[in-house]
Amino acid sequence: MKERLLKIRDLRIEGLSDEQWWPIVRGVDLDLSRGEVLGLIGESGAGKSTLGLAAMGYTRDGCRISGGLVEFDGIDMVHAPAHVKRDLLGRRIAYVAQSAAASFNPAHRLLGQCTESPVQHGVMSRSEAEERAIALYERLRLPDPQQIGFRYPHQVSGGQLQRAMTAMAMVAKPDLIIFDEPTTALDVTTQIEVLAAIRDIVQQSGTAAIYITHDLAVVAQMADRIKVLLRGEEVEEADTRSMLASPREDYTKSLWAVRSFQRPAKPAVAQGVSPLIRLEKVTATYGQVPVLKDISLDIHSGRTVAVVGESGSGKSTAARVITGLLTPRAGRVLLDGVPLPASYRDRGKDHLRQIQMIYQMADTALNPRCTIGDIIGRPVEFYMGLTGREKRRRVEELMVQIEMEPGEYMNRLPGELSGGQKQRIGIARALAAEPRFIICDEVTSALDQLVAEGILRLLARLQDELGLAYMFITHDLATVRAIADEVVVMKEGRVVEAGPKDRMFHPPHHPYTELLLSSVPEMEPDWLTRVLEARGPSEIGEAAIAKMNNSESSGSPDA
Amino acid sequence: MSMWLQLILVLPVMALSAAVLLRFAGRRAFPQNAYWRDMPLGVAFGHVLAAGMLGLAVKLYFIDRIVFFRWAVHGFGICAVAGYLFRAAGRHIGPAPLRKLFRQMPLTAAFGILTVLVYAFIAVFAGWLAPYGQAQIFEAVNVLPGTDPAHPLGTDQIGRDIFTRLIYGAQNTVGIAFVTTLIAFFLGGTLGFLAATIGGRFDQFLSRSVDVLMAIPALIFALLLMTIASAWAGSERWLLTVYMVLIIALIDSTRVFRLARAVGSNIVVMDYIEAARLRGEGLAYLVFREILPNATAPLLAEFGLRFCFVFLTIAALSFLGIGIQPPLADWGTMVKDLSQFINFAAFSPLTAALPLMAAGAIALLTVAVNFIVDWMLQRSSGLKE
Repeated sequence: MKERLLKIRDLRIEGLSDEQWWPIVRGVDLDLSRGEVLGLIGESGAGKSTLGLAAMGYTRDGCRISGGLVEFDGIDMVHAPAHVKRDLLGRRIAYVAQSAAASFNPAHRLLGQCTESPVQHGVMSRSEAEERAIALYERLRLPDPQQIGFRYPHQVSGGQLQRAMTAMAMVAKPDLIIFDEPTTALDVTTQIEVLAAIRDIVQQSGTAAIYITHDLAVVAQMADRIKVLLRGEEVEEADTRSMLASPREDYTKSLWAVRSFQRPAKPAVAQGVSPLIRLEKVTATYGQVPVLKDISLDIHSGRTVAVVGESGSGKSTAARVITGLLTPRAGRVLLDGVPLPASYRDRGKDHLRQIQMIYQMADTALNPRCTIGDIIGRPVEFYMGLTGREKRRRVEELMVQIEMEPGEYMNRLPGELSGGQKQRIGIARALAAEPRFIICDEVTSALDQLVAEGILRLLARLQDELGLAYMFITHDLATVRAIADEVVVMKEGRVVEAGPKDRMFHPPHHPYTELLLSSVPEMEPDWLTRVLEARGPSEIGEAAIAKMNNSESSGSPDA
Repeated sequence: MSMWLQLILVLPVMALSAAVLLRFAGRRAFPQNAYWRDMPLGVAFGHVLAAGMLGLAVKLYFIDRIVFFRWAVHGFGICAVAGYLFRAAGRHIGPAPLRKLFRQMPLTAAFGILTVLVYAFIAVFAGWLAPYGQAQIFEAVNVLPGTDPAHPLGTDQIGRDIFTRLIYGAQNTVGIAFVTTLIAFFLGGTLGFLAATIGGRFDQFLSRSVDVLMAIPALIFALLLMTIASAWAGSERWLLTVYMVLIIALIDSTRVFRLARAVGSNIVVMDYIEAARLRGEGLAYLVFREILPNATAPLLAEFGLRFCFVFLTIAALSFLGIGIQPPLADWGTMVKDLSQFINFAAFSPLTAALPLMAAGAIALLTVAVNFIVDWMLQRSSGLKE
């Protein structure tokens, strides 16, 4: 048995809301030995971040530790004086936040920020710390480790920044690092790179870590043990392999089962049937920056076309061209074979009605000052001309369709709903227009997996009932597998590959599709090791994409 | 060494050692208490200074000669008690949502609301409350306060009852300021939201025009325009007041425009605005149904502040003699007219307090409105859950 580093007993944390203290963490025990990695997993609101921060004896504003014990290496972190904690944080305990872009100070260079804490704590001299930081950059496989530290945060990519933040945490050689969803905001191809870098460096330096995430497949790669949290309580804890092989509790099993939802692809559309929406050689730019390069795309009624690609690949821009928010430089959009006016301002009410949109962030997609009844009622009134009792009946009908109780939710504000419920309201608002085509822009990526699955099932059912066509923009291949009939892979404004779903998930692939598919974490502890062995560290993430771009440009100079 | 130099050197050393002593004593008395344990020396020093100031205040209070300080303490106490009682009443009387509102209310906000209600009451019922008419002139000129029971606060240079004019001042000054602020908000708010929603050249044109207007110092600009307006108005005194309202509203609407545009352009980028645009909604719907409800919190806060500024501008213009025209009673004019009395402070405190009463009426309302605004800002930021 290794030496125990962190001991948490019956920890209770409360948060202040509406002038009342509500429990966030309700009596959690946690043990961590030196060199061990513990995965904390749970849905949003499960208290995993709060627990992670409490391990440092810290609570966010408006929270308090109301009971229990946190002992780090024999030091009582709950009652420790401020100066004792200050001495520990950054030196022996480090924290890696979810959004590196928001956590770095944009006005200082990376190296200065990475070396700040050991120098402040007097552990190392500045030159020593810089040397160590550069060594860490190298081990984290950052490009050009000697020079990258002299860049500003905005001059490096998101994945590099996340690795630089890991380096920042590691410089002072801490005993414990808390990773709070370090890869959640990254694309899959970047994520795998960061995961590999973090795992290697944690293993090599023998640092203990708490790895907080909502993604099971990720935690399976990183952690020795997994602890599942639900509403501030522990559901179960076991070492990774036995947890994955045989989860005990029902809740854990349901988490495991989420990804099993898969709808069989519909048969291919017969030749000669004209598509509902067709993009013809569309080229679009933001100012002078080209975003879409000669895109063509067909979407048939009753089908789901999933558009897959990394951030910046132009998939949302394609949606903006279809809706008319962005006027393309060249090419046109056809609805039922008839060209649509390029700008939404020139489109008639009926055209606008037929194309509806569901947004990624339900928070910003619903007016926070309108009741649910008004939000769904407005398109009913606007397009259908229904008022009074008829309008109300239609709204109730729509709410039943999205599986929400009309009487209970009609008069609520969006702020009083959960994330999944808000997304359902967004769907109802789109349905209220009685459209034929709905663009779903990353509709599930901000939701927990269980909730996301519910939304996907709902969308699938609505499609069957109403014969809707979906354009499903996503970066998550599990979602694609679940709902798509056809898949379009985009990269840097071009369609790389397109075809029916079954063909897309079976080789041979375009090399980019191959990279994308192989980067999606699987629910198997050896997956990362296997991929790294199969592809080699220089064949994943940004390096692989760069290599691919080089070979493309040299292989086809006219492209 | 001079005595002052010695004092400057010795006092901080004494305070600092007192602070060290205080912290030490606190730690000894409450060994388990995290507040004392983690107390920085600066905080302890602050406690010592505050205690010193409090002692000084208590000492001043009991010196008979310094009567204004005593009055201020009394006034403060009365205000606090009134606010507390008002809040306590609100917590037990009235419908449930109102009671809930009062339960969450800080004392400052309760006092602010009470004060605004009292002002509103006085303004509305000035005709009943005041013993005389605001333009009524008596034979007795310059009656000192407290000497004639018929004129509790005395009369001014031409024999008008000061108490009456104070009450009517609420009606004129506050009423005109309120109307002015409303106009400024209607103008600035609408244009600001339109600029944010339409954007492009329309926004550029409006914003740059507003920049030009804002580049001119407000009071000087108002004076300039008032000079022109007084030429237009000629002998029509009431017309000059109307012009003043419009001029101040125009000048203040530039500030409102800035805020409305800034708040609006943050809201316009939201997805729900995009959804409404894609639905084909018109401009009026976007501005009044989608943007305005989400901008009410900052706009209301600004309304409170802007009201104070307008109010002070009117008082300043009246003080300079081109604001609210006699015979209408106005607090700004009263401060000017009575300002000479302040020289009598050593002989008759009540007489000297006359200009301060008008000034105090302005100050009290300003403070009260700001208390309410603070509370509303805190509520609107805290409600975002």
